[in-house]
Amino acid sequence: MSTLLRLATAGSVDDGKSTLVGRLLHDCKAILADQIAHVKTVSEARGGDFDFALLTDGLRAEREQGITIDVAYRYFATEKRSFILADCPGHVQYTRNTVTGASTADVVIILVDARHGVLEQTRRHLAVAGLLRVPHVVLAVNKIDLVGYDEAVFTKIAKDVGEVADQLGIADLQAIPVSALVGDNVVEHSADTSWYDGPTLLEVLENANGRTDTSNQPLRFPVQYVIRPQTEEYRDYRGYTGTVASGTVTVGDPVIVLPAGRRTSIAGIDRPVVTATSTAVVERPSAIAGEAVTVRLADDIDVARGSVIVAAEHSPGTRRELAATISWLSDRPLTVGARVLIKHTTTTAQAIVTKITGALDLDTLGVIDAAELDLNDIGKVQLKIAAPLAADPYSSNAITGSFLLIDAHDGWTLAAGMIDDEEGELL
Amino acid sequence: MTAPVINTVTELDALESESIFVFREVAAEFERPVILFSGGKDSIVMLHLARKAFSPAGVPFTLLHVDTGHNFPEVLAYRDAVVEQLGLRLEVAKVEDYIADGRLRERTDGTRNQLQTIPLLDAINAHRFDAVFGGGRRDEERARAKERIFSLRDEFGQWDPRNQRPELWSLYNGRHRPGEHVRVFPLSNWTELDIWNYIEREQIPLPSIYYAHERDVFERDGMLLAVGPYSQPRDGETVARRTVRYRTVGDMSCTGAVASGATSAAEVVIEVAASEITERGATRADDRASEAAMEDRKREGYF
Repeated sequence: MSTLLRLATAGSVDDGKSTLVGRLLHDCKAILADQIAHVKTVSEARGGDFDFALLTDGLRAEREQGITIDVAYRYFATEKRSFILADCPGHVQYTRNTVTGASTADVVIILVDARHGVLEQTRRHLAVAGLLRVPHVVLAVNKIDLVGYDEAVFTKIAKDVGEVADQLGIADLQAIPVSALVGDNVVEHSADTSWYDGPTLLEVLENANGRTDTSNQPLRFPVQYVIRPQTEEYRDYRGYTGTVASGTVTVGDPVIVLPAGRRTSIAGIDRPVVTATSTAVVERPSAIAGEAVTVRLADDIDVARGSVIVAAEHSPGTRRELAATISWLSDRPLTVGARVLIKHTTTTAQAIVTKITGALDLDTLGVIDAAELDLNDIGKVQLKIAAPLAADPYSSNAITGSFLLIDAHDGWTLAAGMIDDEEGELL
Repeated sequence: MTAPVINTVTELDALESESIFVFREVAAEFERPVILFSGGKDSIVMLHLARKAFSPAGVPFTLLHVDTGHNFPEVLAYRDAVVEQLGLRLEVAKVEDYIADGRLRERTDGTRNQLQTIPLLDAINAHRFDAVFGGGRRDEERARAKERIFSLRDEFGQWDPRNQRPELWSLYNGRHRPGEHVRVFPLSNWTELDIWNYIEREQIPLPSIYYAHERDVFERDGMLLAVGPYSQPRDGETVARRTVRYRTVGDMSCTGAVASGATSAAEVVIEVAASEITERGATRADDRASEAAMEDRKREGYF
């Protein structure tokens, strides 16, 4: 059975990111005849050569300005596995989209133009990958053909990026010399980089592990919605639906329901069985992280959306104050005292930003004092929350450790937040 | 704790769980959700997933069909049978009504896909639907590839692709102001092949036109169009009886068939995997109007 790998791309303007994505899709035979014909027609109408970027830059404004504005999702498959690719824009103004793409990615591909080396945007993208704990980072040193396939250029960039990655705690970094335009080391090994004996981009993608399997960690099950059919057949049925955030849920397991803290056990786990005319459930013995299921509890206690069912021996408890690292995504700056909404698993509550501890300085990768956070800033804050949250540090659980800050008035997503662990390390 | 075991959720199971999660989020956070249901395969899969999400209870959503009046009879019959069998509520917004009283005018080419936007937006307003599930997939088309799973529409139903909310992890932000609504795309990450693999795995019945059958067709713009009340051959176009099936169903006057001998979902899977042309490229004349035809329609409030 094939598995799914999610990847995201990040690069600065004109690094050739869209060309790389186009090349990857094309060489994986994911571009079909009518799409090629379309790109040909448009390229010719503009009097140019076949422009791979037109395969992915779909919006009018993108084509007019020759830049990528928003995340585009692409789908392709090889014999080995299927891929979902989030193609993220490089322009600094759109860094929030890189954060979006990286939040679900198993692999981030960061592009660097071989002629320009490491830029501020490169450091920013590496910081985002480190902060969001993307398991694998690929550094694609692009346009290697334009520097005469010079090994020294590649080695220097790989070393520079490696140093930044070390500071950011990125453990798995693979540098590859590529030319997206020509196709060097994207799918096929290049004859012009005989000094490079590492994998091609596609080989890395085909062999990367997905997000760390969390089914062996303590159970976390945020309740989404309560099912009460009240039909004759299911008169007393009360099922709590949700997706297992981590761990394995097994019938008979002792659990605690947070925030109330009531102890009970898992009475049943149900799997839906749907035919053309009937809707029913059958019992299953267990379910693992990532599976959407319905659980029933042994005791009739108060459970609703926002409750989190957790392993009895490994309860995170609840808290109303959080120290967190956030990526600020709004044009309006964040100042101390701001009133916002926090969305954490299935709970949405009022919150106040009580402190801005500092902001990440991209040059030194240290934390500096900051009175406010501006668009694209990464900062450390403290929050006071109107409801108790069953939260874990992001480093141990990406689902119960992450949150959004939302503007209560217009609904805009203001920030992506990651709850700090006890050491309070930024990255 | 037991010894570590690597547990892998397969691709289809991962996609199914993601879609079910989305349905449950909407049921919990919105007041008046509606599923756009045309009787096409994507909306059928969408309804199947919604039923799974709330089983053993029923689907807590209304269905809405925006009817072009240019329907395949098999698809309408399927739609009505499903509504009947499952005891669902169906609202129908008819393009025909708008043409009859002059609110919309028939296009010169006679096709009606683009005429659906206003009846759709009117129905959303009239019923105060706040979440509208669409079966759109990102692999279908360039503009759709840019779409969020939760996608905000302003009070005019407009999509602003340059100003979309960031969408992180599985924390979907459905907050909206009165008059605004959210389009929700639970099938965003499914490909055409995933849809067919799932139809086969789950044994989901489909309208018969999705499988090979004989039909009188003529060729136009490289597509096979059915001879029927809404599409007739012009001079120079010759009619032939061919064995065909439909990859998509829409306005009969601009939805093309493909030559095919596939009579089951399993056979369609093989055909789709080997296809050298995309689903919409093969079958939708309306997408060929310009290089950004879909984007323009979506901005106005189209599906």
